[in-house]
Amino acid sequence: MIDWFTALQIGVAVTGGILAIVLGALGRRPSDLTMAFAGVVALLLIVQLAVTIAGPLTGNTPTGSLFEFYIYLISAIFLPIGAGFWALIDRSRWSTVILGVAQLAVAIMLYRMGQIWFIQVA
Amino acid sequence: MSTTTPAAVKSRRSGAGRILIAVYLVLALASSGRSFYQLVAKFDQAPVAYTLSAVAAVVYILATIALIAPGPAWYRVARITIWFELIGVLTVGTLSLIVPSMFAHPSVWSFFGAGYLLIPLALPIWGLAWLRRHPESSGA
Repeated sequence: MIDWFTALQIGVAVTGGILAIVLGALGRRPSDLTMAFAGVVALLLIVQLAVTIAGPLTGNTPTGSLFEFYIYLISAIFLPIGAGFWALIDRSRWSTVILGVAQLAVAIMLYRMGQIWFIQVA
Repeated sequence: MSTTTPAAVKSRRSGAGRILIAVYLVLALASSGRSFYQLVAKFDQAPVAYTLSAVAAVVYILATIALIAPGPAWYRVARITIWFELIGVLTVGTLSLIVPSMFAHPSVWSFFGAGYLLIPLALPIWGLAWLRRHPESSGA
């Protein structure tokens, strides 16, 4: 895990999450903008997966449990992708809110993953 | 989920009910992932708390399915599981304060779900209120 990259991911997920919840509350259907944020969050998580696989090989190892970290990471990848498919099928304002909920959940999980990698002592 | 027939509009799967289902999905995923890790990696440290953690995960999965699935039988399952969830979060939340040595291990229900922004405490209350206003008889 790379500290600035994690901060970037959390920043994008929180921005996209709040934006989608606000737009959904205003009654907007899923748009290119709200979908794009969820897409970028998913993409960044896949980059994070690559970083996580490469990290221990180059000496960047977690202080906590790598196994627990992977459970969080793989669950997190499903969230924006799942919410995105939901938004494609159900074109209602509620899907916009769900895009937001999924991204905020990813932000919380990334925060927990940061704790496992940098702080937690297993 | 994707139907817009008049019957579906009134069902528990319509409108804000979809957000309820989405939040249940996220909690089901989060709690079962965490519980899986606890059972595999450190069950012996706190068997009681981690068993409850697994029970919580199963309850979230069941409640999510019951909220999505149509029919009066699933409606009853949803009511029962969400009541169980409310009692669970109140009991485990209280016990984690009174007997911290046994229950103060990180689980979805300890400290009333404070580690999950208290969502586990608010969710069953919202869920039961939602089910009350959307009885199965008026839906599909």
